[in-house]
Amino acid sequence: MTGPFVAQNLAVFRGERLVFRDISFAVPAGGALLLRGPNGAGKSSLLRALAGLTKLATGKLLWGDEDALEDLPTHAKRIAWLGHLDAVKFALNVGEHVVDSAALAALGLASYRDLPAKLLSAGQKRRLALARVAASNTPLWLLDEPTNGLDTASIALLTAVFAAHRAKGGMVIASTHTPLDLPSAEILAL
Amino acid sequence: MRGMLARELRLAWRQSADTAAALLFFVIAATLFPFALGPDPHVLSVIAPGIIWVCALLAALLPLERLFGADFEDGTLDLLLLSGLTAGGVAAVKTTAHWLTTGLPLLIIAAPLSVMLRMPAEQVPLLLLTLLPGTLLLSLLGTMAASITLGARRSAVLMPLITLPLMIPTLIFGCAAATAPHPQAALLMLAAMLVMALPLAPLAAGAALRAAAE
Repeated sequence: MTGPFVAQNLAVFRGERLVFRDISFAVPAGGALLLRGPNGAGKSSLLRALAGLTKLATGKLLWGDEDALEDLPTHAKRIAWLGHLDAVKFALNVGEHVVDSAALAALGLASYRDLPAKLLSAGQKRRLALARVAASNTPLWLLDEPTNGLDTASIALLTAVFAAHRAKGGMVIASTHTPLDLPSAEILAL
Repeated sequence: MRGMLARELRLAWRQSADTAAALLFFVIAATLFPFALGPDPHVLSVIAPGIIWVCALLAALLPLERLFGADFEDGTLDLLLLSGLTAGGVAAVKTTAHWLTTGLPLLIIAAPLSVMLRMPAEQVPLLLLTLLPGTLLLSLLGTMAASITLGARRSAVLMPLITLPLMIPTLIFGCAAATAPHPQAALLMLAAMLVMALPLAPLAAGAALRAAAE
């Protein structure tokens, strides 16, 4: 796994409105960044811009020494994305969403493997979406409110998943309202 | 890319009611004509290719709204765009899935329907031959229209308004090839349009998907 992932003077427009500007940070391999700020501050927009889904008005994203957004499919292979929606298909069962049984077990879904996703609760769907991230085997995780709908036990599981990912040199960038136990994470206030 | 196609087909299989609806619409719409025009075999055999073509076009439009709509609403579209495929590649897979689940079954059902409409048996293979590029073109242009109208209010109404005018040349040459004594020129024209749309429509659809996801 390589890195670091560096942002220089990012700015993003949504329609005619400037959402944020002059955002700079650097996440080293194994590092973590927490995005904080009130509703509408631009946390989701920043995450979408980091993924290459939303266009940057100005600024630069660097992956190591190269321009991260130069080739979007290449950048997409570096990241795992968790949006505010879970992207869970009701017609498929849990094991068809995430094949990797270790990732399912890490989020406490091992026994739900053959269950149709339609029958999952909101928190379980969120865990399934997180299991997909855990199974992705990509260095950079971009997570929009990963703890939404999770109970305390699940948050503990998630913390362990983050720690294992970072121990392998992976990076986590997450927006959150609830306290999230990410040791030595930098905090970016929007 | 193959994984995404397999997943799309599996979803279509699980939600087979959506797929079957388009086919049933095709059968029922084409069946209405003999009731309205009377059972005279001469009249029916003359207009049968036109009926089959128009009904197939309209039926193939039905599943287009959900082609990207469901993925857009549940967040899957973001994941598809971040799957490592280009946006055009995502659109191409969706087009293939649409053709396999709608275009191909329509093509197969068109054969018994044309017999029912009293088409002379020797003309049926030619009609199916024209419908092959016809349904492919509809899948290509329909995917493009579906991605352009993605996120728009009333996209279900907008989509036919974009797709159907674009399909008029295909319809003209398709029906001409199906009925003409020398169909080669019209068939070549259909093939030429297919060759144009094959690279261009997924590219345009991909650009529209990126814009919709922004």
